[in-house]
Amino acid sequence: MAALVAGAAITVAGCAGAPARREFAASRADVLWLNRITYGVNSQTLSDYEWRGRAGFLDSQLSGRDAPLPPAIATQINLLDVVHADAAQLLAATNAEYKRINALADGPEKEQARKALSERGTALAYQAARRDLLRAIYSPAQLQEQLVWFWLNHFNVAQSKGSVRWLIGDYEEHAIRPHVLGHFRELVMATLTHPAMLQYLDNAQNAANHVNENYARELMELHTLGVAAGYTQADVQNLARILTGVGINAGGAQPKLPPAWQALYRREGAFEFNPARHDFTSKTLLGHAIRGPGFAEVEQAVDILVREPACAQFIARKLAVYFVADDPPPGLVARMAATFARTDGDIAAVLRVMFAAPEFSASLGGKFKDPVHFVVSALRLAYDTRPILNTHPVVNWLNALAEPIYGHQTPDGYALTEAAWASSGQMSRRFEIARAMASPNAGLFEPEDGSIAPSAGFPQLSNRIYFAALEPLLSERTKNALEAATSQQEWNTLLLSSPEFNYR
Amino acid sequence: MTGKAHRQKGASIQRRDLLRWAAVLPTLTLTGRLYAAPTSPARFLLVFLRGGYDCANFLIPYSSSYYYEARPHIAIARPDASTPAGALALDADWALAPAARASLGPLYQQRQLAFVPFAGTDDLSRSHFETQDSIELGEPSRSQHDFGSGFMGRLVQVLGSSAPIAFTDALPLTFKGPADIPNVSLRGIGKPAFDERQASLLTGMYAEHHLESAVADGLELRQEVALAMADEMLAANRGAINTKGFALEAERMGKLMRDQYRLGFVDVGGWDTHVNEGGATGALANNIDNLSRGLVSFSQAMGEQWRSTVVVVVSEFGRTFRENGNHGTDHGHGSVYWVLGGAISGGRIAGEQLAIQRATLFQDRDYPVLNDYRAVLGGLFRSLWGLSAASLERVFPQVRSLDLKLI
Repeated sequence: MAALVAGAAITVAGCAGAPARREFAASRADVLWLNRITYGVNSQTLSDYEWRGRAGFLDSQLSGRDAPLPPAIATQINLLDVVHADAAQLLAATNAEYKRINALADGPEKEQARKALSERGTALAYQAARRDLLRAIYSPAQLQEQLVWFWLNHFNVAQSKGSVRWLIGDYEEHAIRPHVLGHFRELVMATLTHPAMLQYLDNAQNAANHVNENYARELMELHTLGVAAGYTQADVQNLARILTGVGINAGGAQPKLPPAWQALYRREGAFEFNPARHDFTSKTLLGHAIRGPGFAEVEQAVDILVREPACAQFIARKLAVYFVADDPPPGLVARMAATFARTDGDIAAVLRVMFAAPEFSASLGGKFKDPVHFVVSALRLAYDTRPILNTHPVVNWLNALAEPIYGHQTPDGYALTEAAWASSGQMSRRFEIARAMASPNAGLFEPEDGSIAPSAGFPQLSNRIYFAALEPLLSERTKNALEAATSQQEWNTLLLSSPEFNYR
Repeated sequence: MTGKAHRQKGASIQRRDLLRWAAVLPTLTLTGRLYAAPTSPARFLLVFLRGGYDCANFLIPYSSSYYYEARPHIAIARPDASTPAGALALDADWALAPAARASLGPLYQQRQLAFVPFAGTDDLSRSHFETQDSIELGEPSRSQHDFGSGFMGRLVQVLGSSAPIAFTDALPLTFKGPADIPNVSLRGIGKPAFDERQASLLTGMYAEHHLESAVADGLELRQEVALAMADEMLAANRGAINTKGFALEAERMGKLMRDQYRLGFVDVGGWDTHVNEGGATGALANNIDNLSRGLVSFSQAMGEQWRSTVVVVVSEFGRTFRENGNHGTDHGHGSVYWVLGGAISGGRIAGEQLAIQRATLFQDRDYPVLNDYRAVLGGLFRSLWGLSAASLERVFPQVRSLDLKLI
């Protein structure tokens, strides 16, 4: 297969038509580093890295400034309804439509209306996933895109529950994305007041004398402290009482309240704090007396939670599991946690400590790619900056690999370690997806509006990214297998299935 | 004996022929490891209901007036001869949910099904994830978690040749251990993507890599499942298959466990019913119906081997005995386990019990745990495989096993 590869390289060079510019020769160490900071190198990453140098590249990735998307991608995204939708209005309209449908007599008309509404919700969630994936594949702000996934996963909601699919795009865009490199407390408050979370973990139903402790428990166990942090069942119940009245009001009238409570009422978008549903009796949390009254109790409780040493440790470790190693060195985690505590949860500052650590450098190339990393990095390698037109195949691949966007049912989110993704059944499934990604008819260039586009041909994996960034990492065994390939698709499949490609 | 020496390997087409010889003639598989056929015909399937299923609306404590007080909106009506589709009285205290009546009722009457109420763990975190993990690991309570192995993983070691498999997307924690245990999801399976040459190129890249056996097993297992399901594919092409969802998955599991595997694991999600769980009908009833019909398909697919099979259904905890403010239930404690098998002494409610009143609830909210999961499973393992006390100690350290006389 050597001839085919060489031929491909010539084709790439030959049809580039670009001025004879010196190719940047990234070292093996540079490539390994970039493959961890980004979803996987593409030519934009390489030239940005060459231009800025390592320190400048890291600064720009940590800045949290939204780097402009490539114009063709920005245009695709801007055409999506989900970009222009208002969550509160959507929820109000959806609720009204549900109400109308429920009032219909049973029969085909009712069934059809229900189905049509459901399909619109599913389509909207798909659009959100499309936007998410296009950014992951093409945004120059690669670290930020990984963090959007990381925090969405940390504050997981599932599109299958209730009206979440109508809200998920807004949740990602407004509750998660603006805060991924900000202060941790902002993420907690933004998710706590978002209708997607309030519905997913049932706090919308949590009211005085009708306490539902689902969200309160997960807020401590999964979002802030971790399970072994020493809180008790009484703390869970007290936090649930603190959270009573935190709920959703999508377009309804403001409830009539006695004058004493009116000043305590809050509303923003579809989020509502309704004092009439709040439990005003006295409470303690983790030994602190809760002052309040009303929503101030919630803010105080969140302050208490995010300043607990357990929270700093829990969040620092989880970031390190995602970015460093399945079992990250405790010394590194301790330094990250200390930074978290000192900076009041400044995520960018914690990450900076992590990226600068020798433990980070030592870990490069050793982290198994979860399916999202696997698929996104494959697309970045195969198509570089060329925009795909159809994300349905990508969504389907992630479904097949059991890591669908917005698809984790339970609030713990997807596991971040190799053991969760590298079982025998998952490896064979992964190779099958590699084969699909390597094929000329994966459907990525068939426009979603059904218009006709020129056939795409095989993805050119033996391209300049491959020679610059992947080939230097390949073992003799992998090279031998590639050498034995009898077709372009097989060569592509083997490359995407190789151990070197499957670690970052 | 090392883990690798006795593990079940995936198979090529000659596998079934090999099975006949394996007892006398150790055989090398593709990756060169020793393959040994199981010596005992006994089969065991663990079904894990993730999310903490509401056992009180499955096995209804209908003699307790407090049940009806505590669940004004979601309680299931007492069994009544005039409503043949209602709850099915199993004895003077307990009734089976209407949703499981048609599927599990006959199994119970044939003594192939028993229930163990007040079963569970002494983990009090009421966290799904913590409690699932601690059950899957199966360590003595209050021991430091050592994620080195789960109890099914240790059982594999103790049994020596058990042909284990997990019917899941990912390998469950309970199968963690020194042996490499294969897993395969039986939802949506098609033709294998790779021929033998391609499979060997793929495995070649992982030679001496720590994922080597996962890669080799995965590719082999995919072939094997496709072979085993060939009849089904044929039938499907003729439009003869109408099972869906878990029932279809369970039927496939049954075929694989009938022919090749002896120790299985599967999990079923969707039990975390905090809101509007329903009563005789509704969300929980639908889940119960789906699961129950699946287990019946499994038992049928096992054929004659059903008589040497035991299935245990567990969940991480029960739910609050009182309904919450949203016609649902929150995380509780004691659960009800199910034991099924073609030759068990079922048709009864086993294990220690007490009358359910407000005063007998644990922490004034949940079922207490009177039958520890390690003791219950340990007792079943002892009878099923005749394990010695020393062997059982390796599976469940410091356990005092409970003989429920089900096997």
